[in-house]
Amino acid sequence: MIQLDGLTKHYGSFVAVDHISLKVEKGLLYGCLGPNGAGKTTTLRMIAGILRPTDGRVLLDGDDVHQTPLVAKQKLGFIPDRPFVYDKLTGAEFLRFVAGLYGQEGDVVERRITELLDVFELSSWKDELVESYSHGMRQKLIISSALIHRPAVIVVDEPMVGLDPKAARLLKDIFRQFVERGGTVLMSTHTLEVAEAMCDRVAIIQHGKIVAEGTVDDLRKQHQTDASLEELFLKLTGGAHVKELAEVLGAPR
Amino acid sequence: MIQPSLAHVLQPKWRTALQRLRQERAEGGAGKVVLLTVAGLAFWAGVFGVLYFILRYFRGVEELGPLLAGKLLGLALLSFVSILILSNVITALSSFFLAKDLDLLVSAPVDWLRLYLAKLLETAVHSSWMVALMAVPLLTAYGVIYHGGWFFAPYAILVMVPLLVLPAVTGSALTLVLVNIFPARRTRDLLSIIALGAGAGVILLFRIIRPEQLARPEGFRNLLEFIAVLRTPTSPFLPSEWATRAIMSVLHGPFDFLPLLLLWSTAAGFVTLGAVLHWRLYPTGFTKAQEGAERFIRGGFWRSSLGFVLKPLSVAKREFVLKDIRLFFRDTTQWSQLILLGVLVVVYVFNIKVLPLHRGEQVGFYSVTLVSFLNLGLAGFVLTSIAARFIFPAVSLEGRQMWLLRSSPLDLRALLWSKYWVGTVPLLVLALILTGVTNVLLEASTFMMVLSLATIAALTLAIGALALGFGTLYPQFETENAAQIPTSFGGLVFMMTTIALLAAVIVGLSQVVYPYVRAFYEGHPVVVTPWMIACAVAVALLCAVATVIPLRVARRKMEQFEF
Repeated sequence: MIQLDGLTKHYGSFVAVDHISLKVEKGLLYGCLGPNGAGKTTTLRMIAGILRPTDGRVLLDGDDVHQTPLVAKQKLGFIPDRPFVYDKLTGAEFLRFVAGLYGQEGDVVERRITELLDVFELSSWKDELVESYSHGMRQKLIISSALIHRPAVIVVDEPMVGLDPKAARLLKDIFRQFVERGGTVLMSTHTLEVAEAMCDRVAIIQHGKIVAEGTVDDLRKQHQTDASLEELFLKLTGGAHVKELAEVLGAPR
Repeated sequence: MIQPSLAHVLQPKWRTALQRLRQERAEGGAGKVVLLTVAGLAFWAGVFGVLYFILRYFRGVEELGPLLAGKLLGLALLSFVSILILSNVITALSSFFLAKDLDLLVSAPVDWLRLYLAKLLETAVHSSWMVALMAVPLLTAYGVIYHGGWFFAPYAILVMVPLLVLPAVTGSALTLVLVNIFPARRTRDLLSIIALGAGAGVILLFRIIRPEQLARPEGFRNLLEFIAVLRTPTSPFLPSEWATRAIMSVLHGPFDFLPLLLLWSTAAGFVTLGAVLHWRLYPTGFTKAQEGAERFIRGGFWRSSLGFVLKPLSVAKREFVLKDIRLFFRDTTQWSQLILLGVLVVVYVFNIKVLPLHRGEQVGFYSVTLVSFLNLGLAGFVLTSIAARFIFPAVSLEGRQMWLLRSSPLDLRALLWSKYWVGTVPLLVLALILTGVTNVLLEASTFMMVLSLATIAALTLAIGALALGFGTLYPQFETENAAQIPTSFGGLVFMMTTIALLAAVIVGLSQVVYPYVRAFYEGHPVVVTPWMIACAVAVALLCAVATVIPLRVARRKMEQFEF
């Protein structure tokens, strides 16, 4: 379970995240939606313990990420949007290293490495340095690293970026099965079709605040509309006032 | 079609540089600017001072003086050109083939000549700024001693500009050819080794030639032979020789316009030839540079060899240490610097060996103890430079992966612990070998041997901690090249603090060593006074504090890192 209590983040006078409170129950796949710069990534990075909140707290299964980080982070698997990994390690070495960070080693880890690399079709790249991986392959490796220690909670920022359709489908299946087995997933995404198809509940964030929260059906009811999530999103975030595209694009030269 | 101007193509570069300056000023306040200015001026003043005295001495020598001054300038400029070619070769690889802005520039309708000139300028600036700054006190000393007047300043710039352009064109052309033969990433590995090997070779050669012999004419059979050596240019085809002649002809006369003409016309010719080469080879080279080098790594050498030693550690610490060692030895730009380090150590030991100390029994003992004692400071300085290069960047290099370390349950103490010992243990081994070997060569007494080894061990532990501490306090997370990190402001502060520590330790220990030497010299038994004990304890405490506090500060700072 993920619980956010009055989570706030200031950068100087700029308020990136403004008193967000949220509870994501066990067995839920929860989506964070919002326009660029709304505060989604900042929120997720605070949940992962990378950024310190200005105010408020983050609990993972009851453990405070910033008060008892070592206990709380044992339960977490974090997948960032930018896949930076050690270029001079091989894929298998990277996964072994990450498992070590969670205190895991031995045959169990080796088996898990083989399984995960198989699932993500990286087995033939196992002993190749990460510097020769493509963007999508790095993303797959990072997803594998978030799963290597069997976390209870997965926090993922833009999961589908850089993945081919097959890998994207695989990831959807993995997340679905993960929550069916009692895990919790909190993800941010711009892909509204993905959110609509995958998420049990969604929160729409704008200017660092949650402006709507619930299942997609709840949101439709709240706003008395049958519109798609995309239209609902645009309505809530003020993106419906798009300029005439033809005017913006002009004629090709 | 209208082409963007060269200034426009270069706009992101100078705007970024300006913005970085503004940010630095805003973050560091006036203190940072003052510190940098004072350190820079002190360095300039130091170089200027040394050269001023040497040149003043040369000026006083009839006939030979200007020849000696010219030879010295020739040697300095030749060293500059050699360094510049090596540094341009490496920089050109990044700016022409691996830079992040290349996709944008190559896909835009910017013609090849503008791209070439923009990248050449970028390469030249990045490679040459340090040498250009170094040339300022050098040429100022020449101008002041030989009364060059205000006119000399613009004239010197006129001489130096083509001297900086020529290595930039040569280095870029060499890189262009190499990239067309090997993939760029493999070329980077090759270049790092070649460049450092060449650098190391130059240092060794320089040491073996022993240029200081020029200052000892008694080594030559007669004066005519000595003058003949001085008059002979190193090579009439070297641009450094033209620059020397251009400068000496205006300072000492008779004025000769030919060297300046040669410099500028050759530079122009080289730029033209370089542009033609770029036009012919760059498109294929750039395409090749996009190919990744296939790098399969099999087996677990480090795990099987070091795994046993690291077994008592926790899994997280063990994996972290193994990871750090693997990354170091797989990154050619990192480990190849060990070649240079090895050569420096050899030169250092060689210099100690050739010291003419053992001539008289008592004087010998006095000199040996003094040199052995001062050797501590020198060894400390060598260790500081190594720590600045290898330990100082350790935390910065984790920057892009910090998301992983911070989101995992890794204790920050374990991270710092790993970084500290992975850097400090090899440094300690080197320190003990260096001090032990030099003391054996010096035939130092047992007392000096024990004192030196104990002090250098304590100093190394402190230097390692200071490097890691300052590296964490002043991290450079965006820098991809580890070699650039020690040249940052934090690197300067680290060097200055460590030198202050070295000075304090030397002064403290001198209170212990001096009574010992005097007692020996005067034939009295050595009496250990409370003051000597107090000084030794104070030095030990200072080293302990310099070890513990930086590590604590680093941990606190790491807890505040945000990404």
